[in-house]
Amino acid sequence: MDRIYMDNAATTPLEEKALEAMMPFLKENYGNPSSAHTFGREVRKAVEETREKMAFLLGAKPEEIYFTSGGTEADNMAIVGAARALQDRGNHIITTSVEHHAVLDTCLALQEEGFEVTVLPVDQHGMVDPDDVRDALQDNTILISVMHANNEVGTIQPVEEIGRAARESNVLFHIDAVQAVGNLPVNVETLNVDLLALSAHKFYGPKGVGLLYVREGTKVNRLTHGGGQEKGMRAGTENIPGIIGMGKAMELAYSQLEENTRRMESLRDRLIQGCLEMEEAKLNGHPTRRLPGNVNVSFEYIEGEALLLSLDFKGIAASSGSACSSGSMNPSHVLMATGMSEQTARGAIRFSLGRHNTVEEIDYTLQAVKESVDKLRSMSSLYQGKGER
Amino acid sequence: MYSDKVMEHFNNPRNVGDMENPDGTGEIGNVRCGDITKVFIKVNGQGIIEDIRFRTFGCGAAIASSSMLTEMVKGRHVEEAVKITDIEVADNLGGLPPQKLHCSNLAADALKAAIKDYQDRQK
Ligand SMILES: Cc1ncc(COP(=O)(O)O)c(C=O)c1O
Ligand code: FES
Repeated sequence: MDRIYMDNAATTPLEEKALEAMMPFLKENYGNPSSAHTFGREVRKAVEETREKMAFLLGAKPEEIYFTSGGTEADNMAIVGAARALQDRGNHIITTSVEHHAVLDTCLALQEEGFEVTVLPVDQHGMVDPDDVRDALQDNTILISVMHANNEVGTIQPVEEIGRAARESNVLFHIDAVQAVGNLPVNVETLNVDLLALSAHKFYGPKGVGLLYVREGTKVNRLTHGGGQEKGMRAGTENIPGIIGMGKAMELAYSQLEENTRRMESLRDRLIQGCLEMEEAKLNGHPTRRLPGNVNVSFEYIEGEALLLSLDFKGIAASSGSACSSGSMNPSHVLMATGMSEQTARGAIRFSLGRHNTVEEIDYTLQAVKESVDKLRSMSSLYQGKGER
Repeated sequence: MYSDKVMEHFNNPRNVGDMENPDGTGEIGNVRCGDITKVFIKVNGQGIIEDIRFRTFGCGAAIASSSMLTEMVKGRHVEEAVKITDIEVADNLGGLPPQKLHCSNLAADALKAAIKDYQDRQK
């Protein structure tokens, strides 16, 4: 069997049609969209068409879309930009303990600038309680930032309800929808959000491009200063091929959403079930409210990284911890936030399925997982004496 | 991020498993990450380590280091073996990534504990 890619939450392969759409902008259409001549104007037109398309698919207006270099930049722009813009109204920010570092570390950086940050706990499934959000609201709260779906355990947060709570209290609401877009219907109106970050490489678009949605009338301070691109919000010549590729990828993702979701959910459930049939394996994240491609399982007595390497040897790409933090030796902050023991957290492995995975790949993976887990357990100092059970 | 040598030892670890009636046993937990290695040694009358086994709950680097260490130790005198450092283990593996250097401590420390256990038993 060919190599099997099950790390689509880290990044996805570029969709062929997106690549085709990008090609002219890597070759003949190289103009700078800020230029007044025809070279520039042609590119400007394509960029604005993409903006309209992205806005339409998200239920937004084109003026509310700001292109960025990806999810991390969009999260930073939203959180830091909004916090600084509202500084005279208050200095309290609410977020959660399971956010991606792009949000969590940004909030903590603001804390050093003197902002007050409340980091909400989650339950055993990684879910935030909207009542906790309501209870955390203070007179000086200016921003709530909650991720739509978790990158590690796949838990889908009750963002609609949190959005309602934010709206009622007149507090800005930002969501990190990086993992959600392409996997769930994401619409800024139904979700009641003021700010939303997404990233193209998570939905089969190119890497290094994303966007920030900013609801009309929302004040956000710029972070980069320069040539005044993106209405002065994000200076710097735009990543044109990236933006065009993102537009195409988004269009495809939305047109195939239901079909892809259904297929991936059935593969996901097959993989989860197979894993849970193994001894002392536990599903992490929410049993039902989870991303269609996310499987996160802890195998007791072994280490996730060792399992990852063993599976890699068998041609299967998975992840332990989150992509950015593997190589660090701390167990995942997300798993720890769900209240599990450090040892169980260290035994976690994540498979994030994508459009291209097949039933055959799932079955091969299950076999490989079983072999690897057995082998690693037979070597484990913790499993000793348990072999005969 | 790992060298071929690390991956090779990880995939085909030498001397893994338990030992009946070892002459010394050492168990060390890594304070930095919670990983645990156990080492068992069999020592002959001349103080030579005739056999060694290990079990590890840990990352790839920890498992590969344990395996490498057992290869380095077999047939050596305990006085010599006790001097083997984590750095030598890492070097023999073709190096470890910086954030993984601490992983080779685990095996080296577990061996030291096993030798100490052996020496205590001799008293
Ligand atoms: C939830 C979440 N937020 C933000 C990011 C960062 O996105 P990007 O890689 O585009 O900067 C990621 C991707 O790793 C993510 O999963
Ligand atoms: S991370 Fe703990 S021994 Fe390697």
